[in-house]
Amino acid sequence: MNPQEETPIYDALQRYIKNRIVSFDVPGHKQGKGHSALLEAFGEKCLSMDLNSSKPLDNLTHPTSIIRDAEALAAEAFGAGWAFLMVNGTTSAVQAMIFACCKRGEEVILPRNVHKSVINALVLCGAVPVYVNPGVNREFGISLGMSVKDVADAIENHPHAKAVFINHPTYYGICGDLRAMTDLAHQRGMKVLVDEAHGTHFYFGEGLPLSAMAAGADMASVSMHKTGGSLTQSSILLLKNKEDAGHLRQIINLTQTTSASYLLMASLDIARKNLVLHGKETFQRVKELSAYARHEINKMEGLRAFGPEIIDNDYVYDFDVTKLSIHTRNLGLAGIEVYDILRDEFGIQIEFGDIGNVLAIISVGDRELEVERLLGALSEICRRFRKKPINMLDHEYIDPLVVMSPQEAFYGQKRAVAMERSCGLVSGEFVMAYPPGIPILAPGERITEEIIDYIRYAKEKGCMLMGTKDRDMNIIETVEE
Amino acid sequence: MELWYTEEHSENVRFSIRVEKQLYSAKSKFQRIDVFEAKEFGRFLTLDGLMMVTEKDEFIYHDMIVHVPMATNPKIQKVLVIGAGDGGTVRELTRYDSIDTIDMVEIDQMVVEACKKYLPQTSSRLEDPRVNLHFEDGLKFVREKENVYDLIIVDSTDPFGPGEGLFTKEFYGNCYKALTAEGILVNQHECPYYDDYAVSMKRAHRRICETFPVVKVYQAHIPTYPSGHWLFGFASKKFDPVKDLQADQWNALGLQTKYYNTELHQGAFAIPNYVKDLLEEANHE
Repeated sequence: MNPQEETPIYDALQRYIKNRIVSFDVPGHKQGKGHSALLEAFGEKCLSMDLNSSKPLDNLTHPTSIIRDAEALAAEAFGAGWAFLMVNGTTSAVQAMIFACCKRGEEVILPRNVHKSVINALVLCGAVPVYVNPGVNREFGISLGMSVKDVADAIENHPHAKAVFINHPTYYGICGDLRAMTDLAHQRGMKVLVDEAHGTHFYFGEGLPLSAMAAGADMASVSMHKTGGSLTQSSILLLKNKEDAGHLRQIINLTQTTSASYLLMASLDIARKNLVLHGKETFQRVKELSAYARHEINKMEGLRAFGPEIIDNDYVYDFDVTKLSIHTRNLGLAGIEVYDILRDEFGIQIEFGDIGNVLAIISVGDRELEVERLLGALSEICRRFRKKPINMLDHEYIDPLVVMSPQEAFYGQKRAVAMERSCGLVSGEFVMAYPPGIPILAPGERITEEIIDYIRYAKEKGCMLMGTKDRDMNIIETVEE
Repeated sequence: MELWYTEEHSENVRFSIRVEKQLYSAKSKFQRIDVFEAKEFGRFLTLDGLMMVTEKDEFIYHDMIVHVPMATNPKIQKVLVIGAGDGGTVRELTRYDSIDTIDMVEIDQMVVEACKKYLPQTSSRLEDPRVNLHFEDGLKFVREKENVYDLIIVDSTDPFGPGEGLFTKEFYGNCYKALTAEGILVNQHECPYYDDYAVSMKRAHRRICETFPVVKVYQAHIPTYPSGHWLFGFASKKFDPVKDLQADQWNALGLQTKYYNTELHQGAFAIPNYVKDLLEEANHE
């Protein structure tokens, strides 16, 4: 039998349940026996697998048997030296990558459109960010991948940086030249860390962008739950060099729960098996569905579903064709407005809307029927909600002015100031427009007029603004220089 | 030997028919398809185990879904039929010489093939030269049409499974767009009696009300459908099905019908109070 057909964690759980072991350990619900409301809500099968670490079930903080076997199978499936099952989300995988490479005061090169988990990791460990402009597509107002030249410049100007961090792909499916960036970083002795949260399928489909492991990156965080079919919050951290596995395990254990959920781990096991056995045809179907949707949407006046044609071999080296991003500006509607209309009028929930675009995720679970509903709803939005194309604020790259490390700023002496009067001060907080969850300000950065304008505009357009203590974001905590 | 077909009309109510033999069973890309033969109801078609059509009572459904709009606007020429794989709706439509085009869009070709073979009573007129068969998603088909049809008939399965898209706001909106200024939409509107069906019925009613200026609901008695009390939706851009009924004109056509007549047409729009209440509720949810 192909070893990839095995699911060691799931199988061990089934054996454990069959053996009818009497439980005097946690969890206290005792497979639901003591908690009928929980049993009613989640079902017997689900609760019977919500078990605790023990000899037959191994332990995620120090795997020696079934979890180790599952990790070895995952490593093989992804072409990695080792794979770590993660139960605290891809956020924890990203943090582990940073903690493993950078200490307080050390530099890490990263694109500005990193996920907030990366900057949070810098707050925790005290490393200093060197931001690279990810480039902007002016037509769509979206940030891109980094250009090789900009990364080379950053490496040149910061030769002591410990690592280069890369988004691959971005939320919108855009990839930079990962192999070239990896080679450049390695030549200067820097590690390459890849946020591959939206790229699980690169390892299993055909005709998709190069995966981080194939490009020779040192580590990659893969959100199995996003496009790979495991349960929400489960993820995998990939490591190229197996010799570093012991050290990385210690790093992971710094912040990882000691009560890892077996439901999450078993779901990773099952999803990995499914990806290996059926990934090729699944993602072929996903690609076809996305291509069909793009083709149909591009017939609708006012909408533009962009695809591989935006590849410019610079900021856009490759494009993930499974992603369905739709530019809505020429319809006279902000992406966030289309996002709301789709949900409120048509009962269709998509992944996000930003100022100029919406993004629909098409994955393992989608069928033609649902895609037709999305297309039908978009065509109705074109008919019923069309306005005059509006000039939207240009989504220019706001070059962050890093005055102090995120850690110093976050823990520094704070002073609350009205946002409108904060120009020139140093932010002690994050300001994120969500979606898409990319920082406008991070702790330690100078607040400018341009930033205040952008925040005002994002608010007007209905983006959810988060990060400040003040929920309405009228007041921002600033920090003494 | 006892052989019974059983459908659950609710979690606690079952409806059974003694079956003489099973004529056909297959699984298509979309659903399971079965044809049975019974003493009481003749041949009948089920999809995913749910009753679609029987030889004995199909005349009620097909009379009511076709003749009500046709008697409201006898000038109808272009008709779109969505679903209706058994062919019964098309059969009734082909009786009107005034109709020049019937586009029938059924997602599941295997249903049509099974009905052609085992249910000639309903599928007999699918070869009529005015009929164009399209095997594709109804929502997709209607999305690409604008100001084309005088009448759209939605003869769908229930709103779970492949028929789900045909009960959505985007579907009704695209139908509105596909209709001419005199256009009428008639749809099978589920049953008001059992809670699960009533939920779908209300949701569909609300969405149609949000889309069309004239919206009415009418009823028929269909023995093999859950509760036997079935609703149809009538929506249009212009015509009121009762005030604008062209009774004389329709009667002059001399069509023989087993269920429909022009008095019943008017009466069918008189609905019970509890159904009125449900429809009222639907618009306030």
